[in-house]
Amino acid sequence: MPAETVIQVRGLTKSFNGKVVVNGLDMEIGRGEIYGFLGPNGSGKTTSIRMLCGLLRPDSGSGTCLGHDILTQSDRIKPHVGYMTQRFSLYEDLTVRENLEFTARVFSLDRPAHVVAECIERMGLGQFDGHLAGTLSGGWKQRLSLGVSTLHSPRLLLLDEPTAGVDPGARRDFWDQVHQLAAQGITALISTHYMDEAERCHRLAYIAYGDLLASGTADELVSDSGLTTWSVTSDDHDEHGADLHDLAARLKSLEGVDQVVHFGNTLHVSTRDQKILENSTGALRTAPYRWTRIETSLEEVFIDLMNGAGRGRT
Amino acid sequence: MRWFHAGRFAAMVGKEFVQMRRDRLTFAMMIGIPLIQLILFGYAINSDPRHLPTAVLSADNSRYSRAVTTSMQTSTFFNITVHAESRAEARQLLREGRVQFCLTIPENFGRDLVRGQRPVLLLEADATDPTATGNAAAAFPEIVRRALARELTGPHAGLNQGESPVDIRIHNDFNPEAETQYNIVPGLMGVILTLTLVMITSLAITRESERGTMEHLLSTPIRPLEVMLGKIIPYILVGYIQMTLIIAAARFLFDVPMHGSVLLTFALSIIFIGANLSVGVTISTMARNQLQAVQMSIFFFLPSLLLSGFMFPFRGMPEWAQAVGSILPLTHYLRLIRGILLKGNGLAESLHAVWPILLFWLVVVALGLKRYRRTLD
Repeated sequence: MPAETVIQVRGLTKSFNGKVVVNGLDMEIGRGEIYGFLGPNGSGKTTSIRMLCGLLRPDSGSGTCLGHDILTQSDRIKPHVGYMTQRFSLYEDLTVRENLEFTARVFSLDRPAHVVAECIERMGLGQFDGHLAGTLSGGWKQRLSLGVSTLHSPRLLLLDEPTAGVDPGARRDFWDQVHQLAAQGITALISTHYMDEAERCHRLAYIAYGDLLASGTADELVSDSGLTTWSVTSDDHDEHGADLHDLAARLKSLEGVDQVVHFGNTLHVSTRDQKILENSTGALRTAPYRWTRIETSLEEVFIDLMNGAGRGRT
Repeated sequence: MRWFHAGRFAAMVGKEFVQMRRDRLTFAMMIGIPLIQLILFGYAINSDPRHLPTAVLSADNSRYSRAVTTSMQTSTFFNITVHAESRAEARQLLREGRVQFCLTIPENFGRDLVRGQRPVLLLEADATDPTATGNAAAAFPEIVRRALARELTGPHAGLNQGESPVDIRIHNDFNPEAETQYNIVPGLMGVILTLTLVMITSLAITRESERGTMEHLLSTPIRPLEVMLGKIIPYILVGYIQMTLIIAAARFLFDVPMHGSVLLTFALSIIFIGANLSVGVTISTMARNQLQAVQMSIFFFLPSLLLSGFMFPFRGMPEWAQAVGSILPLTHYLRLIRGILLKGNGLAESLHAVWPILLFWLVVVALGLKRYRRTLD
């Protein structure tokens, strides 16, 4: 249990038109943590985040955010939360500076002009200062959004897929910023689809079809999954990958093979039951194929969780 | 204060001004619509209203004067609603628009009549809306002639011959030439303000929802009242620009006489502008997208146009339509503005039209605040 709890919710549930979007979500996040929120599209990540900052009312469940009740005290939560929406939600017909100034004034900050200037400096937005926000490229829009959501020195950042569609360099800058903020004691809840970003989080939660399926550190999630993974290459492999392609098709039909994924000139084969797989694939474990045990990655864990959730539903 | 903070409100107003300035097309429309409408609508529409409220100031109680008033009533053109006690009261009734006509019967009317002295019978008409009073005024001499013909029998029958036994005088007050433009053009000001202001603000919050900026706005500490008023203030200025244009056009293009204070017109119009803007904002809290917002604006605009007394004389409409019309701010604003500009009314005589608009405004703002969604649910 973390020393200081920033978010603590129990049984958060939300339905839209009779369809359960978030189903009994329990979550606990400590101060200064970077908490990754993962799950397939439509799994309820955005809805959960919106419930935390008071933009949606949960149907049931309870909890606190920064020590305030999320059901009744959203007015006390809002001033201390920086929320970055999935879709760009700043005013496209205002300039970079005007957007920042508006936000600074709406949060009733002292010396708004100073705060804005500092933010422009920190985010490197100086060159776009007088540009309309709508004319910025994706990466700069995202940077501006992060600037706006951190302008009022929030204690909690809720970032909803902040780096979708942003190039790797900009993403790396972004994560450096987030880690700097976390070092200052700011807590961040970040939803993402990128595995490399998931690995940058202190802790992770995986949610699918409204249910929280797993949570913990990246290492814990990998070891809890019980998956074993091999990397398979072929000596007969030609440049079109025909041989590996045939192998993948054959492997998929075999008992105990849970995932077969192409990674360039290798296949990654994962299983939950090593014994069954070794028996069923015996004939394929000879030349020209070479099998090497590798570490299971988060991606395999998540695909496995998602498949499991899908099976559970049908 | 928890629900209102001047700084946040000022931020909202500032943002709206900047956005308005950037949206050139909308801004051009707000200036263009008044001019186009003014020129297209500048000419009249007719009708034949009856049962027009009439005051009688009678200093004579002979059977002849009774015959005249009874015939007026049975003619269905006039509906005698008030018996005025004094000249001042009669004028007041006319000015405030409570009556359309005022009939003055002089002292010793009956005596002078039978003596053949041709007493004067004065009918004053509120001719700010000439289409409303024209027919009734035209019918008046004939109504009087027939009423007296039935009474003047026996020794007095001779009076029916030749020239009319009474001297009938009809005064078209406030608009002596019965120019319909005088009535239409100030009315058009109310119509244009209703159309453009409701539509522009009805898009205000809907646009925030549609562009996704509502999500950002809702995640900040800003309050509903700050958002609503912040959306209204910049357009009050726009309303005043439109008013200035229309009043200038009325004066210089249509030669509408200005009897009252233009300053008072501007001052009192704030409540009408505010009421319409609030209707727009309230619509935008209900509409799901901008198209719906425009449709709902038109839904509000049409009854305002048809039932307010702009299109058809208010008193010519069936009672249910008058009842609906009485709710609409435009109805009262038309009386207010025509009263000031054409009759030269002052503040005191205008107040009776101010309260209904104010009440309407408060109800609409309350409704809007109730409907404003603090969440994305």
